[in-house]
Amino acid sequence: MRQKFILLALLIAAVMFSWNLYRIFLVLPDDAEQGAIYRVLFFHVPALWAGMLAFFVAFVGSIGYLVKKELHYDYLSVANVEVGLVFSIIGTVMGMIWARPVWGIWWTWDARLTSMFICILLYLAYILLRRAISEPRQRAQFCAIFSIFAFVDIPIVWYSIRWWRTQHPQPIVGEPGAIDPAMKSVLYTNLIPMVCLVAALVAIRMYQEETQFTLDRLRRRVNAAE
Amino acid sequence: MNAFQATLLVAGKDLRMELRSKDSLNAAIAFSMAMLVLFSFAFDADAEQAREIAGGLLWLIFTFAGTLLLNRSFARELPNDCLEALLASPLPAAGILFGKAVSNAVLLLAVELICLPVFGIFYNIAWTRQWLPLLAVLILATWGMSVIGTVFSALTVHLQLREVMLPVLVYPVLIPSLLAAILLSAHLIGGQPLNGDTYAWLRLLVGFDVIFTLLTGAVASKVLVG
Repeated sequence: MRQKFILLALLIAAVMFSWNLYRIFLVLPDDAEQGAIYRVLFFHVPALWAGMLAFFVAFVGSIGYLVKKELHYDYLSVANVEVGLVFSIIGTVMGMIWARPVWGIWWTWDARLTSMFICILLYLAYILLRRAISEPRQRAQFCAIFSIFAFVDIPIVWYSIRWWRTQHPQPIVGEPGAIDPAMKSVLYTNLIPMVCLVAALVAIRMYQEETQFTLDRLRRRVNAAE
Repeated sequence: MNAFQATLLVAGKDLRMELRSKDSLNAAIAFSMAMLVLFSFAFDADAEQAREIAGGLLWLIFTFAGTLLLNRSFARELPNDCLEALLASPLPAAGILFGKAVSNAVLLLAVELICLPVFGIFYNIAWTRQWLPLLAVLILATWGMSVIGTVFSALTVHLQLREVMLPVLVYPVLIPSLLAAILLSAHLIGGQPLNGDTYAWLRLLVGFDVIFTLLTGAVASKVLVG
């Protein structure tokens, strides 16, 4: 069941990425102002959205663990945090690649970039905390609490663009006429394979966590028998 | 005993212990003074420059000094299994956490109120012109730091790398509140009254405190039982 889900998710991702890559590079024209570099945004935006979605699922998983005390919720959280972190870093780096020719700088300390950087730091701290605790139940509980605290930072990331006037482009998605319909279609349809990729990676990572737990339990049993 | 009475009881106990031994308080004050001297060499600022960097300089010192205090908050309960006794007592978990947060906030505020006049003398700055809003900013930012620091101090108390892990966890979560505190402090130490733009930061500071105080109350039993 799990293998079929992973294969299906990866298949959808592969087919849609191929189709979107064809549209991005061969169908869509260069942007009137930005030239070719705007194409990075078709990956920058969906990668960050997918990362945010993963952090949200991790947050839900953390609450689930605190309520139900079942380790599956912890596996869900850690898998989503790790995958979400990778996608956030990829999204941020792509943003930097876009910013260099358009803004003339790699990085600026505006609110949204800063918040994203804080977000990455937070989830790196989550992984460090996880490594520092060896007892599975205690690790799951403490990491769940930290994950909930960390997720509170996400609305600041998400809305900071509206709270402060910044150098970051104002949100163009959702405002009619602000973005060409053909480009919008590619932007949205690139989110689907991105989320499928996240789902497949999360499923694989959860399987690793479950296997690790079983291995640890067998190892303890062997040590006790000796 | 309700949570409010428990908060006062635990805060009173912790403050009494600290005022009798003065271990962490002395360390935090001595550290802050050393930092003030070091910063004066590092920046070699005239009065005008010092006013501009005052917020950042002071809050860096307060944050580091705060970590010294927060590290001891639960660690001092470890000898003689005092922590176990505290957990086994009929005090509600939220009372224990908030009690420790109040005591940490009072101690940190004391360090801040000692640092400020010394800073004013060393750097030749009249910092008292907006003393009432400045005090409000100090209290708000210190409470945010204390309440988050106390939760994470409880999470890390059993870790071998406790002293290392606490700052790694606390600082990223604190960044939004610290940014607000730095900006507001620099503004107020410069003698300017609060205006439209700075109110937004003040609102951020208040919102931050409210959110994390409620969150701490919600997860208190999970933090301490674990």
